[in-house]
Parts: sequence; structure tokens; C-alpha cells
Amino acid sequence: MRSLRLPAALAAVALAVTACSGGGGGNGEGSGEYPRNETLYTTGTAWGPPANWNPFMQGQYAVGTVGLAYEPLFLFDPNTSEYVPWLAESDSWPEENVHEIVLREGITWRDGEVFDSADVVSTLEVGQFDSVPFSNLWNFIEGVEAVDAQTVRVTFAENRPQEWMNWVYSHPIAPEHIWGEKTEEQIMSDVNEDPVGSGPYFYESHTDDRLVWERNDEWWGTEALDLDMKPRYIVDLVNASNDVTLGMLQQGQVDLSNNFLPGIDQIINGNETITSYYDGPPYMQPANTAWLVPNTTKAPLDDPAFRQALAHSIDITQIIEGPYANLVEAASPTGLLPIWDDYIDHGLVEDEGFTFNADRAVELLEDAGYQDEDGDGFVETPDGEPISLTLEVPAGWTDWMEASNVIAANAQAVGINIEAQTPEFDLLVDNRNSGEFDLIINNERGASNTPWTYYDYVFQLPVNEQQSTVNFGRYENEEAWALVEQLAAVPADDIEAAAEITSQIQEIQLAELPAIPLWYNGMWSQANNTYWTNWPSEREGAPQTYASMWNGIWQLGGIQTLATIEPAGE
Amino acid sequence: MWRYIGRKLFVYLLTFVIAVTINWMIPRFMPGDPVRSMLSRASVGNPEALQRMNEYYTGVFGLDTPLHEQYLSFWANLFRGDLGVSVMLYPQPVLDIILRAVPFTLGLLLPSIILSWIVGNRIGAFAARKKLLDNTILPVGYILTAMPYMWLALLLAWSLGIVAGVLPTAGGYSPSLRVEFSWLFISSLLTHWVLPFLSMFVVALGGWAIGMRNMIIYELEADYSNYLQALGAPTRLIRRYAFRNAMLPQITGLAVQLGTVLSGALLTEIVFNYPGLGTLILQALNNRDFFVLQGTFLFVVVGVLIANFIIDIVYVLVDPRTRVQMTGGAA
Repeated sequence: MRSLRLPAALAAVALAVTACSGGGGGNGEGSGEYPRNETLYTTGTAWGPPANWNPFMQGQYAVGTVGLAYEPLFLFDPNTSEYVPWLAESDSWPEENVHEIVLREGITWRDGEVFDSADVVSTLEVGQFDSVPFSNLWNFIEGVEAVDAQTVRVTFAENRPQEWMNWVYSHPIAPEHIWGEKTEEQIMSDVNEDPVGSGPYFYESHTDDRLVWERNDEWWGTEALDLDMKPRYIVDLVNASNDVTLGMLQQGQVDLSNNFLPGIDQIINGNETITSYYDGPPYMQPANTAWLVPNTTKAPLDDPAFRQALAHSIDITQIIEGPYANLVEAASPTGLLPIWDDYIDHGLVEDEGFTFNADRAVELLEDAGYQDEDGDGFVETPDGEPISLTLEVPAGWTDWMEASNVIAANAQAVGINIEAQTPEFDLLVDNRNSGEFDLIINNERGASNTPWTYYDYVFQLPVNEQQSTVNFGRYENEEAWALVEQLAAVPADDIEAAAEITSQIQEIQLAELPAIPLWYNGMWSQANNTYWTNWPSEREGAPQTYASMWNGIWQLGGIQTLATIEPAGE
Repeated sequence: MWRYIGRKLFVYLLTFVIAVTINWMIPRFMPGDPVRSMLSRASVGNPEALQRMNEYYTGVFGLDTPLHEQYLSFWANLFRGDLGVSVMLYPQPVLDIILRAVPFTLGLLLPSIILSWIVGNRIGAFAARKKLLDNTILPVGYILTAMPYMWLALLLAWSLGIVAGVLPTAGGYSPSLRVEFSWLFISSLLTHWVLPFLSMFVVALGGWAIGMRNMIIYELEADYSNYLQALGAPTRLIRRYAFRNAMLPQITGLAVQLGTVLSGALLTEIVFNYPGLGTLILQALNNRDFFVLQGTFLFVVVGVLIANFIIDIVYVLVDPRTRVQMTGGAA
């Protein structure tokens, strides 16, 4: 039995180790452990190991690269619809096509170099490379110059302040002394581990299943903005399965989860320590709109009357109460998010907006000549052609799959033959981009500084062979697109002028329904209050910011949440 | 001997070429475009800008050249140890990503394969001796070996991890620790290793025990055993001879089982969210990172081939009959 000794010894060691660590949990202040009461554990954003920390690789950089390490010139506060000066101190428009930005003094990069206007100029110039996501800025920018060390002047060849301000608040400034001299190839192959940013946190370490940020105690904003970042460490964990995440959240191993966790409503209701923004339905703040996009080049979806009937047939409450268990809200018939309430023409929506009404849907079909002649229970086109449509959602997106079944059943109930299908995501993207589909659900545009981003998404012309980011429905309406272009040229802070144009757009939109708004997807966010409290909430006195690590949310005020949460037990 | 090894090497080489070719085909013949799905995460609003990025990255991944050129350059890069660039972890090289995951998988695989083989054989040999033991170990062995890895893993995680709360159920180490060479961190590594190891060890154990028990009974009834017994040799001696002979099919069995054990390991890792190759494959699939998938499969195939080759050699070394046959050139 000699050979049993080794395994036996190993087993003994393993047991001994288990015993040690099992008992030694708690709040150890050992050097090897992140102190629990100073560390914020988050998850829900990273779907794979941290890839890079390159601020020019939008969508790929690790959680917090932009926001925690690199910062934008302004934030956009969706509650007040105002631009909050961040790296910038103020801005002005001396002429209609000239934007002058004055930078804050006394900001340094983490390596000690001073932040100045050359950094802003160089960041914008990097955008001239094809591989940079904002290369389209240079379609309408004429030139960028550093007037003095603190002043940058941007001159526009074509006036598009809404689009420009979208870049200003959502994109970060990178240091010129590091990125300025690099070639396109060098920029695009730079992992940039340990990024030199200006922000409140710097890179501490990472492994394939997590990323650790450490507070920058020298951060300029502590003094200039009076913001005191509470967590000393932020440990962002790569997404595990829903079950694992739910367990970790309930046990306090994760403080903030930004996952869509079906059934979280029951936990929020039953467990005092788990909270979300709203105490009751819909629990979450809206993040984007889920649209039902019809392919308007195909009959009968090319007929506005048919699209109207379809819109009236959908019982959105059934989706909200069914697959979503009240975690989402029905969308406005305009599709605009609640933060854009000022841009919605409420009188018009009252008169022209669609609501669920199966009888009205049947009526609309009849009036437009869609009738069931052959008696199969489904209507045919006025020419007598049978109608058979498919609604595609990606395989595995369970909430959307269930929602699509509801939509199909609702439509069938009024006589529109729709069948739900679930192709692989990549196949769906192929079909979507090339226009080989009948109906899809899409939510690729989220909260931003202006509804222009939504209208650009719905109406953009011309329609190309491949529609990769906008106007998937291939809807062509010159008049509407001209209005959207007008909207782009409205000064960024002139909400009234913008609302006048959006009202005209909505008139076309509600009559034509190029895309049918369904519900607002939530900014999934649930927090455990055991170690960190004072999370954003609708309650009076609580911060109203977003509590989300998602890319792009930091710049919408999410970064301020880190300064308003409080360690528990103080 | 050398002719034998040469012939084996040729077969392995052929398998390798076919495996690499199939691997190369994965990202290129799957529906969908890896570059586009990578860029879809960038949520670039402007179609023009996206088009420009698409062209740039298609060039970076070398997907803009004719297929035969891509195939040849894939081989050329392979010999330089270059498995390409990852899509999900752009711009990190695939090889680096795989090498980070390999220690975790090997750390699970090697101990569980070797220990379960040794312990299983011992238990099996033991069981063949006593009626009582045989009656208990045999059914338990059958149940264990018939158990899917994943199911046992879930069962262990639930009982030892969640109900008893003794062992952690997810990850390679505690997320609250710094990665460093300290007792705290190493003990965390070990405790996180126990459950995945145990679930693989236990499943494999049953199979080996049953195999060994059957072989020993067979060998004890062979003519040479009876003859030895008639000569009055001590039982201990007879059993030792029987054990040695019974080992041979078990060694072949090890080679045959490697693939199964490996796929079991990958599933087990996913259950425990263990940061090895299995979890990497799942992440790569979720992120449509065909280049990492391609690289990981290649790595796995090469690993299995090498292990099989070693077992082939070991077999020749431990079984004198094969050597005699080969030098005689009979078969």
C-alpha cells in the first residue's frame, strides 16, 4: 500500500488548508487581501477577460478605462440636461461654427506631466486615422488649434453641434506626450496596460477573471470638484453565470451587479440589503429603447397602415409582466427615453400615438384592404397574396425570445401571421445588415445628450447595401431625414429650438412608424448595502445618478456615484 | 523498436496535419464575420467610420487575402509559435492567453488522471480479493463511472460548497486576494482547487477500479496462476504477477480515456468557473473569438497526441512481449 501514501498526504494537506482558510475569513487587514470595507466589488460589465486599456478602442477596453482612468472634457447630466465641466472649465461659441473650450488649470497626468490644450488637439487628431471609431468627426470639423495652453478652438466646416457635443462628453482625452507621436499601427496594437490617465483611479492589477483599480489620491477633482471617491479599490469581476452572480450578490461578495438577473424583483422585495433605483416596478432606470424594426422594403411591411395595425396589436403589458416580471416599462410611442421628455410633443402623442387595441388593429387592417379571404385565420394583402412574416431575435437571449413569442401570438390574434425565430446572433446580424429579414428587435442606441442620436438611428439616409449601425428597416423618407439634419445643426443647449424640430419629426414618425418602440430596457443595477450604502435611488435626499459600470455611463454622471456612496457602519 | 516509433510518429504527424487543417477552417467557414462581431461591441454610431474600421481590422487579421495564402501563412506562423491575435482580447496574442490558462487545466488534469489511475487500480485489485469488498466496491464503482462529470461537479458544489460551506465553489482563487507568492494566496489556490479536482478524480476512479477488478479475476484464473498455485507459490507472489499483467490493458485504457477525461475537465472547469482552458473556450464561444478557439483546440489536440505518444512508448517499455514481436518483425 505504499503508493497510497502520496494521495493520502495530499488529501491531508488539502484538508488542513481548508480548515485554516475556512476559519480565517472575516475582515483580515493582511497585506495580501484587499481590505473589505475599502473595496467595492462590482460585476456585470465584462463579458470576457480584460482585453486592453487603450482609450481609442471603444467597446474593447477594460471596464473603467474611460471614466476611471481617462476622462472627458464634460459630463452630461441627463437629469438636468446640462453639460457638467470636467477637464474643461467652461466653453463658449464665439461664432456659430467655432467652439472654444477653456481647460481647467492644475490638472496633471498620472506621470506628472501637465494637462493642457495640446492633449485635446492631439486626441482629436488621432481621430484622423481610419481605425479610430470617431474618424467621422473629421467629415465636419475644419480644424483644431490650441489658442494658448488652456484654450482650444474647434472650427467646423459643417455645423453639427449635437453630434459634436456627443463626442465631447462621451470621449476621453489622452495625453499627447504618450499618444501624439504614435503611428496608426502602434496605437491600434497597444494594450496600454497601466494607462497614464488623469482620472480618480489607476490600474492596480488584473487577471483573467477580474480587474482591480486603485484610488488616485492625487486626483485633481478632489479639490476642484469637491468629490471624494470613497472606495480605495474597485474590483470588477468578469461575468459568471446568473446563478453565481445572484449568490455572490446575496452573500455580499459583490456590492454592485449590473447584470440582468431575472427574478431580482423578488429579492429586492424580500431582502432589505439588496436595493435598486426604484423600490417598486420597474426597479431599474431606463437605459435604451427596444424597437420592433420592420423591413420597410418588403410587402406588406412597406405599408404604413399595415405597420400601424401591427403596432396596435402588441400587448406590451403582457411582455412587461411576463418575461420581464415588471423590470421594464413600456416605451413612449415616440421611443424617446424619459430623460428626453422635453423633446416629446405630448399633445401629438395623445392624438396620434398608438396603444394596444386589438379591435383597432383589426379595423386598421380592414380599412387598408387586408382581409382573410381564404379562411385560414390570417389576412392576405389587398392583392390576395398570403402574408407570412418572421420575427428574428438572437438565440439565447431568453427575455427577447419570450417577448418575441408574445408579439407573434398577439399579431396572430388580429390575423397577422408572424412566426418567431431565433437564429444565431452572427447570422441575425448578417440578415439584418443586408436587409434580408421581415422583423427584428433591436436596442443599439442608448441614453445620450440628444434625441438626435435616436432619430439618426431611425431615419438616416442614404440606405446602403449594408446597413450596419442605423436604419436597419431601410426606411426612406427625405423629408424626415432633412429634419434630422436640421436637428443636428441646432445649438447643443437650445432645447426649445430642438423640440420644435423633434415635434415635426414625431408627426412623421407617428404616422409612418418606421420602427415600433416596445419597451425601455433597464440600466440593470442592483446593490448590496452590507458594505456600501447610499446608493442612487428615487428616494428623497438620495443621489439621483446612475449606478452602473457600463461603458459610457461614467460620462453620464456615473462617476459621481463613487463619491456619494458611503462605507457602511460609519 | 525504432521502426515502431517511426510508424507511430507518422500516424501522429498525419493526425496533427488534419487537426490543424480542421482548426484553420473553424473561423473561416463559420457563419458570421469575426471582425464585424468584434466591432459590433464598439457601438460605433457612424456607418462610414465603422466601414473604415472593418477594413482596417480585416487586414490586421489577414482575412483579406485569398484562402490558400491564408492557409499557408497559418502554417508558417504556427511554426513560429504565432497563433494569431485574439478578437475578444484584442490586441493580445492568442498564445499568451492560452498559456495563462494552461497551468490551471494541467493542475487539475495531471493529478486527477494519475492519482485516480493509481488509486483506482489499487482499489480494484483489492476488491478482487474479498467477496465483501467486491460486493460493495463494484456497484459504487459503476455508479461513479456512469456519472456525468458536470452532474457530480454540481452535486459536490452544492453539498460541500453551499450546504456545508466548507469549500469555495467558483473561481481559481478568492477575488479579494492579491496575486502574489504568499501563504494566504497559495492556500486560496488550493482550496479552490479541491472541488474541481475531486469531481474529476472521483468519476475516473470508479472506471479504473472496475477495469482492474475484472482483469485481476481474469488473470487469477489464467493457466500460469493455477500452475503457480499448484507449485505452492505464496498467494502474494501470484497476485503480484496477476497485477502486473492486468496493468497492461489499463495502460491502453489510459490512452483511450484521455480524450474523455479532457472534455470532462473542460466541463468541470465551467461548472466551477475555474480559469483554465474550459472556461476560456466558453468565453471565446460567447465572444465569437474563433482565433482563441482555434488556438485552444490546437493546444488540446497536440496535448492529447503527446500524451498518447508517451503512453505508447511506456507500453513498449513495460511489456516485453511487444518488444520481442517488433524485433522479430512478425506482425
